[in-house]
Amino acid sequence: MASRPSAGAAVPAEERELLSAEDVARTVARIAHQIIEKTALDSGGSHVVLLGIPTRGAPLARRIAERVSAFTGVRPSVGALDITLYRDDLRKQPNRPIEASSVPVEGVDDALVVLVDDVLFSGRTVRSALDALRDQGRPRSVQLAVLVDRGHRELPIRADYVGKNVPTARSEDVAVRLTEVDGTDSVLLRRPASGRREDSGAEDGTGEATNEPDPGEVGPAGKEQ
Amino acid sequence: MRHLLTAEELDPDTASAVLDTADMLKSTLLGREVRKLPTLRGRTVITMFYENSTRTRVSFEVAGKWMSADVVNVSASGSSTGKGESLRDTARTLSAAGADCVILRHQASGAPQRIAEWLDPTGTRVVNAGDGMHEHPTQALLDAATLRERLGDVAGRRIGIVGDLLHSRVARSNTHLLRTLGAEVVLIAPPTLVPEGVRNWGVEVTHDLDSQLPGLDAVMALRVQAERMHGGFFPTEREYSVGYGLNAARTAKLPEHAVVLHPGPMMRGTEIAPRVADSARAAVEQQVRNGVHVRMAVLYHLLAGEENTA
Amino acid sequence: MNGVERTGRARLLLRSVRPYGAKEPVDLLVDEDGRIADIGELEETDATELLHADGAVALPGFVDLHTHLREPGREDAETIESGSVAAALGGYTAVFAMANTDPVADNAVVVEHVRRRGEEVGLVEVHPVGAVTAGLGGQRLAEIGSMARSAARVRLFSDDGNCVHDPLLMRRALEYTSAFGGVVAQHAQDPGLTPGAQAHEGANAARLGLAGWPAPAEESVVARDCMLAGHTGGSLHVCHVSSAGTAEFLRWWRSRPGGGSVSAEVTPHHLLLTDELLEGYDPRYKVNPPLRTDEDVRALREALAEGVVDCVATDHAPHAEQDKDCEWSAARPGMLGLQTALSVLVHTMLRPGLLDWRDLARVLSEAPARIAGLDDQGRPLEVGEPANITLVDPHAEWTVRGEELAGTALNTPFEGMTLPARVTATISRGRVTARDGRAQPYGGVLR
Repeated sequence: MASRPSAGAAVPAEERELLSAEDVARTVARIAHQIIEKTALDSGGSHVVLLGIPTRGAPLARRIAERVSAFTGVRPSVGALDITLYRDDLRKQPNRPIEASSVPVEGVDDALVVLVDDVLFSGRTVRSALDALRDQGRPRSVQLAVLVDRGHRELPIRADYVGKNVPTARSEDVAVRLTEVDGTDSVLLRRPASGRREDSGAEDGTGEATNEPDPGEVGPAGKEQ
Repeated sequence: MRHLLTAEELDPDTASAVLDTADMLKSTLLGREVRKLPTLRGRTVITMFYENSTRTRVSFEVAGKWMSADVVNVSASGSSTGKGESLRDTARTLSAAGADCVILRHQASGAPQRIAEWLDPTGTRVVNAGDGMHEHPTQALLDAATLRERLGDVAGRRIGIVGDLLHSRVARSNTHLLRTLGAEVVLIAPPTLVPEGVRNWGVEVTHDLDSQLPGLDAVMALRVQAERMHGGFFPTEREYSVGYGLNAARTAKLPEHAVVLHPGPMMRGTEIAPRVADSARAAVEQQVRNGVHVRMAVLYHLLAGEENTA
Repeated sequence: MNGVERTGRARLLLRSVRPYGAKEPVDLLVDEDGRIADIGELEETDATELLHADGAVALPGFVDLHTHLREPGREDAETIESGSVAAALGGYTAVFAMANTDPVADNAVVVEHVRRRGEEVGLVEVHPVGAVTAGLGGQRLAEIGSMARSAARVRLFSDDGNCVHDPLLMRRALEYTSAFGGVVAQHAQDPGLTPGAQAHEGANAARLGLAGWPAPAEESVVARDCMLAGHTGGSLHVCHVSSAGTAEFLRWWRSRPGGGSVSAEVTPHHLLLTDELLEGYDPRYKVNPPLRTDEDVRALREALAEGVVDCVATDHAPHAEQDKDCEWSAARPGMLGLQTALSVLVHTMLRPGLLDWRDLARVLSEAPARIAGLDDQGRPLEVGEPANITLVDPHAEWTVRGEELAGTALNTPFEGMTLPARVTATISRGRVTARDGRAQPYGGVLR
């Protein structure tokens, strides 16, 4: 990748579309199907609660719930779980506003909670979400759904439902855009400007090598790709 | 935000961000059995109170503990300041001992500013918990949080502050913050308790409480401090109460929605009648509750993301 | 040669000085008795010491009616020696050491000690000020007569730091001192109007939450004391006039016949600084009376230019570091002033055209010498007069650094300011006591 011709010295960050608006819709629908299948939600199996992690996990959770409802006629509970106050890297993060948490009135006790986020990266957000969830009650079990898994895990965490696996370099950025927040649906891969090209190129190699999705780690969505 | 020293220095965005955070914290903790967030785990917050104020110290202590910070309370009598150690040395000692944040209550106006200067190179944050006759910014923030809850918004509202404006840090901080948030402020006191130059603060000043009542969305009664009553600022407690005390007849002249605030501790019968203090209009306990969330929000804004803003 | 007979052998020749800022430089010869022996274009003489002044402005040596030397008692802040160094470097040939030492200079023993220490150091005449009331307590008169008759021959009496606020006691002091031509220098501050005062009562103090020091607390005492002086025939000197109202009252009072003997001083800091500086609560700006407003500064400059206020006095008040490096209300009031006075005067009065060099000679030397009754100070630069001379480089510019000033105290309010003009040499009774930033006591160079 480092040898790819450069468009000039002052190249801005390069962007590549990973998922179009239709892709996003299809992927959300697929995740919904998988959740129905795995939780036996339509056969009266479990009380399922979808909890989105703000900012973009929250509308994603609502969309998945809407799809589940359309496919099965059963409407799962939906909520949002802000994890800002549970982060272990607050000292390093720029101060960020706390977003609203809204847990369904019936709570999460004994429920099957599916945490929903846009991108799975280091796994630290999910760890924080598990801590936040513990303060909300005691679910029977917890699963994880993400639109994109971009690798580089720093904790032993994996997703139960993955929309798309994307090998990335650490220096790259995966940007999920949702209409509710950004006015449009898409997923973009951003590459830093050419000044850091060599760096990212080098990392790219190792990144790809270590982040080749392990079939065992990929959910049903991965197999379909 | 590096330190919280005055309400005057808060811009509208920062003030609103702190209040929004306080709202979020309040709703996050609502109805929980265990009111504890891990946010400030491993951070050390030291309260250093040179004046007694149980309510403010406890409020900061609870705020710190609900955020999982290690809170250490130092009272002036229990520290080496009793032996004549300088404020600078005491502050530097606490910082060297690992304080991430020092919360200071001091009888000298400007003491928190001095400490902030001295501690700036160390990275220790400073919160002013009341300095002399100068400011008490977290009190103003909790009052604003209460008014937002009661009135929906502070902007465009007309707020009266009644009482010992001369000596009151609560009056100064509230005046600055309420104006920053877009409220109209009317200061009401006998002329002996109005500070010189107060008209430069962009407020109305009047000596007549009764004529103001029908137009106020909220009225805040300031404490009449016992030591002031003997300073000749007004003839007798009774006369003060007749002219400026919030009694039932007076609050009846307020609009239906108007709120009565008091920073506490209340002198029932002097600046506020018991029936008013216990009425549905009064937000005294709500103020105390909001105090904890506002102070949590302040600690969050000062201590989260610290390494980036340093 | 003026044809005047020399009173002794030539000792010191000043080459190229401009008396009172005159256009053309002249040479000035000093004889062994410490008097000016000759002025003009002088040939090589038998002078043992030659000082090339390069056209420096020559003024009569400055006289400070208001200096705190802190000895005895607070030698950690200033000593008679370190204060003398500061005085010599600042162009002073005589200073009046205020009585608020520990023990208080309220008896003959203490004032004689101060006088003797000053003579031992030998850089500047140190005249002790005697306390008006015993222990500065404001209750009963100190032994004013004993101090006046002592070897220190005290003529100036003041409780400075405290006000002699009891009107009857003030009346008695004015009456009593009149017996021997003494002067009562009053720190005018009605304590009843200034409980816990921390700053000029005004918009800034209100915003900063500092207890106010209202101008009428000064003005009412000045008015009362002027009337008492007029009534008793005593001599009143008003210390550190700080408000426009005081200047206005003095203007009116002194324009009337029968006003008695009233004089007044203003400090350099009150001619330049305002209470806007209090913003950061830095106690280096804490002083009593407090810094006031632009309007007061303007009024004080006018009053000095008109002569309503007679002279400039520094109120030089060194403080140990720990007494300034603290919270505002715990800090001691006071500012360094001896080494910056001339520059501040040039900046505030000479450059704006309110005073010329001859006027500076009046307000820094002649008037204070007259008020205190010093016969050998504040004299004209003429043949036969005592050679108390200050040389000033009018074109110099320098940045004030507390660390670079004499003594251990750092509390200059002009820290970091760039000011014009600088004292290049001070000659006291014919001896060079300071030159190019170094004090020269007997037998060697100090500091």
